[in-house]
Amino acid sequence: MSGHAGDGSGRQFVTIRLGGQLIGMPIEKVQDVFFPDNFTHVPLASEKIAGILNLRGRIVTIVDLSRIMGTDAVNQTITERPAVGVICDNESYGLLTDTLGEVVTLSDDLFEANPVNIDPDWAQLCLGAYRLENELLMVLDVDSLIAGLLRKDAA
Amino acid sequence: MDDLLGEFLTETSESLEVIDSELVRFEREPNNSEILDNVFRLVHTIKGTCGFLGLPRLELLAHAAETLMGTYRDGAEVTGDGVSTILNSIDRIKMILGELEENQEEPQGDDQDLIDPLLVLAGVKQAPGGGEAQPGAQAAAAETPEVKGEQEAAEASENVAEQPASQGEAGDEEDKLDDKGGPMGRELKPGEVSLEELEAAFAAAEGPESVPEPETKKPEKPAKKKPKAERAKASQTIRVNVQTIETLMTMVSELVLTRNQLLEISRRHEDNEFEVPLQRLSNVTGELQEGVMQTRMQPIGNAWGKLPRIVRDLSLELERPIELEMQGAETELDRQVLELIRDPLTHMVRNSADHGIEPPEVRKAAGKPKTGTIKVSAFHEGGHIIIEIADDGKGLNTAKLREKALEKGVRSEAELEEMSDSQVNKLIFDAGFSTAEKVTSVSGRGVGMDVVRTNIELIGGTIDLHSVEGQGTAVRIKIPLTLAIIPALIIETAGERFAIPQLAVTELVRAHPGGANSIEVIKDAEVLRLRETLLPLVRLAHLLDMNRPEDDNEEKTARDMKRAENTFIVVTRVGAQEFGIVVDEVFHTEEIVVKPMSGMLKEVSMFSGNTIMGDGSVIMIVDPNGVAQAVAQGVGTDPSACLEDETPSDEGATNSLLLFQAGGEEPKAVPLSLVTRLEEFELASIERAGEQHMVQYRGRLMPLVYVNESTKNHKEGRLPMLVFSEGERSMGLVVDRIVDIVDDRLDLHVEPSEPGFLGSAIIAGKATEILDVGHFLPMAFSDWFEQKERESRTPRRILYAEDSGFFRNMIVPVLKGAGFAVTVCEDGVEAFERVKNGETFDLVVTDIEMPNMDGFTLAKLLQGDKNARDWPVIALSAFAGPQAERRAQEVGMFAYVAKFDRRGLIDALKRAGQSGEVEIAA
Repeated sequence: MSGHAGDGSGRQFVTIRLGGQLIGMPIEKVQDVFFPDNFTHVPLASEKIAGILNLRGRIVTIVDLSRIMGTDAVNQTITERPAVGVICDNESYGLLTDTLGEVVTLSDDLFEANPVNIDPDWAQLCLGAYRLENELLMVLDVDSLIAGLLRKDAA
Repeated sequence: MDDLLGEFLTETSESLEVIDSELVRFEREPNNSEILDNVFRLVHTIKGTCGFLGLPRLELLAHAAETLMGTYRDGAEVTGDGVSTILNSIDRIKMILGELEENQEEPQGDDQDLIDPLLVLAGVKQAPGGGEAQPGAQAAAAETPEVKGEQEAAEASENVAEQPASQGEAGDEEDKLDDKGGPMGRELKPGEVSLEELEAAFAAAEGPESVPEPETKKPEKPAKKKPKAERAKASQTIRVNVQTIETLMTMVSELVLTRNQLLEISRRHEDNEFEVPLQRLSNVTGELQEGVMQTRMQPIGNAWGKLPRIVRDLSLELERPIELEMQGAETELDRQVLELIRDPLTHMVRNSADHGIEPPEVRKAAGKPKTGTIKVSAFHEGGHIIIEIADDGKGLNTAKLREKALEKGVRSEAELEEMSDSQVNKLIFDAGFSTAEKVTSVSGRGVGMDVVRTNIELIGGTIDLHSVEGQGTAVRIKIPLTLAIIPALIIETAGERFAIPQLAVTELVRAHPGGANSIEVIKDAEVLRLRETLLPLVRLAHLLDMNRPEDDNEEKTARDMKRAENTFIVVTRVGAQEFGIVVDEVFHTEEIVVKPMSGMLKEVSMFSGNTIMGDGSVIMIVDPNGVAQAVAQGVGTDPSACLEDETPSDEGATNSLLLFQAGGEEPKAVPLSLVTRLEEFELASIERAGEQHMVQYRGRLMPLVYVNESTKNHKEGRLPMLVFSEGERSMGLVVDRIVDIVDDRLDLHVEPSEPGFLGSAIIAGKATEILDVGHFLPMAFSDWFEQKERESRTPRRILYAEDSGFFRNMIVPVLKGAGFAVTVCEDGVEAFERVKNGETFDLVVTDIEMPNMDGFTLAKLLQGDKNARDWPVIALSAFAGPQAERRAQEVGMFAYVAKFDRRGLIDALKRAGQSGEVEIAA
């Protein structure tokens, strides 16, 4: 199902896994992918924030996706988990995942809205699902995820 | 054309700002031709440029304004009306410029409504001025040749000026201008000329100027002066886009970081050949950084350039003469900071004019000069800029603020009762607060001061307010010089590094156990004996909740051991508050580049930002303000509250409360000032005399009373107790456990559920029962109160006025304990009625804040009563402060004592008793 940038008919996603679930992020949202070594823990911050680090002169806030999505924590230290770098409102964030997959191109007719019975948190954070051959790929709404964190922590 | 237009807009808007404030100055000093020349020149430039760019509407208006100013230059009387009209024209020009910026063309419409009055005003003395521009619509076309004429005149005069000056430089400059060829080069630039340079130019041109003045037409004069000033300026300054400077600043920040990294590497490899060039690089970087910072510095005068105009307009609108004094306009600060304080400053000056300064008749009645004064000043103080805005108006009406706070539900009655005047005054910085009786166009909408405070705090500044009713208000803003790069102390605690801004650090102390600087513990609070004072300490690791649970005990002890040997105390000062931050390790001071915190972390008040270290890692910058707040809230517990020396609660709004447990998990509390000492004793040491339990204490037997009766049956272990002493007598009140000492508001909510308690209050977030000491004292000595009364043969009578039931319960036992017969009233009115009805007393104790009649009024009335005149009046208030004390003296009060200051009250009672006796004897 992996495709090339030139397919034209669909959208490209960077895929990750969280608690076994395949999740995709629109490729245009993703800046880079990195392993968060030498990161700094922020005392008193919400547990959803794993820490901050310096990525080429920018200060990146590391957000622990598994804490936000409520998936089981994996048995790995943070520095072993890959993070997906995104920029929202000129601030950099790293979304800490369990494992990183490949970039896929998916055609729009495989897309479906969120099933009504999924976890309400997930319904908030996912735009919908793509029906792949063997499994489903949930599309993460990066903007609303970041906005939600900013709101919650500001309150 | 777009570039030209853009440049024109930038320059013109700058010129207009100058014109605004200069005109206001001019109105007051109509004979100052220098100001007029300056304004005239600026307006003329605008007019000329408009003609060149083909902006007829602007040109007509500017021309009319210029015409009126021309008459002033020729000696016509300057009227407020005239200046207002010119200012209105300036506003219109600004409006047109705004549209121009948006749409690239002038808006439709004409300005005859302004042009006519301008010309009429000008025509009063000089008809030609009016006639010149009267042709109206076709003036645009007519104007162009005139401009040209002026240019020629300008060129001519340049030549004249050059001869006496004979400066090669000036000649070069002129050549360049000529190379450009276009006359517009000359017309555009003068907007940049500063007053000083203009003066210099005037000085240079004095000779020729005096000759043509009498006969030349007025427009020529400014034209003639312009080019010279321009030459002086052009070689010294260039215009740089703000964005360029910002980018430069970012680059320098990165350079500083890289330099730090290199230095760190070099430090690790001692004795290497890089050291010398690296040192040079470091120096150059430092200088570069300073240089770039310098380009960002702007005089604060730029932020308050609009103020004179605003004050003038307000003065007219409100019909109150107001003088604006400005000092220290040249004080420089970072442009980023400047931008952020511009609006707060304007807002506060508006506030002063609208809320502060009274109408002239009121001022006259109050014996003040008719003209109100608003003083704005700026100066450096210890790495900060201080800006003060002071007025000599009516000051804040504290009583009204209290009412308002209650009405708006900002604070509860009980909370307000315990707040001092200055605390109440600071309520104006709370959201949704406005005391103006009516909403005016100027202010009174209740948005503002909170925004002001937020803005100031956003840039790491603090705001303070001082107000004396009837005398005025002063607001003091303290802001950091720059936000971008600051020196900081790098420290380590619990294995992680943090930066503490050097500005807040006053000294570093290394603690030696048993040595001169040892940390001492009072209950759980740590303090350091630093010279003559006790410094409250707070452990950063504790504050940041960094005692990691996964540490096993062994490791923990090892770390504790290390900590005991190796502890550093960073003595920090925030405002008047001084405290020590205990850290594990102190490294060095470093220039750090402050990076803002991510929005997700803004709620962590302990940090103000983060920075990238030399090794590339990110560390957090500790916010001393946040730490100070935490210290004040009792995370570290204010140690002065735990001293045996019953310090009176100094803040007024909060009380030091001792939290303990006795029977059940629920916390119970007693005001700490009532407790003489805290002790612990062995149960085995208890001696029993019938039902009464005693311990030997300081060579006497001290009776024990149990708050929780079931504790009485315990036979082993140790139990804490609170010792209450009164003269020779002491009693121990046995509790299960002493929990903490906190500073909190005492806000009695619920009526007592069981005897021995006054009720409950929310303390440190938990419902807490408040102990009624008066209930337990007689249990130790059944004659606790009676005995005192016996001692003095005739019990002296006290009139006690207090509206709060809680305090009545608290104070009456103290008064009775001191041997008085107490008559209690609920307010001043009731108290005074009793006096009027012929009841006599020896002493009056009164609360200050009471409904119907307050303590001050009561004292005043008593002064006027022939019976009561000699009774000493003791004021008892939660509401301390020199101001209140002064007021108490003014109304003839005998003493002013803080509530809960039991010792102070007893002292005052004693002194009052003595003074009473003296009087009786005399």
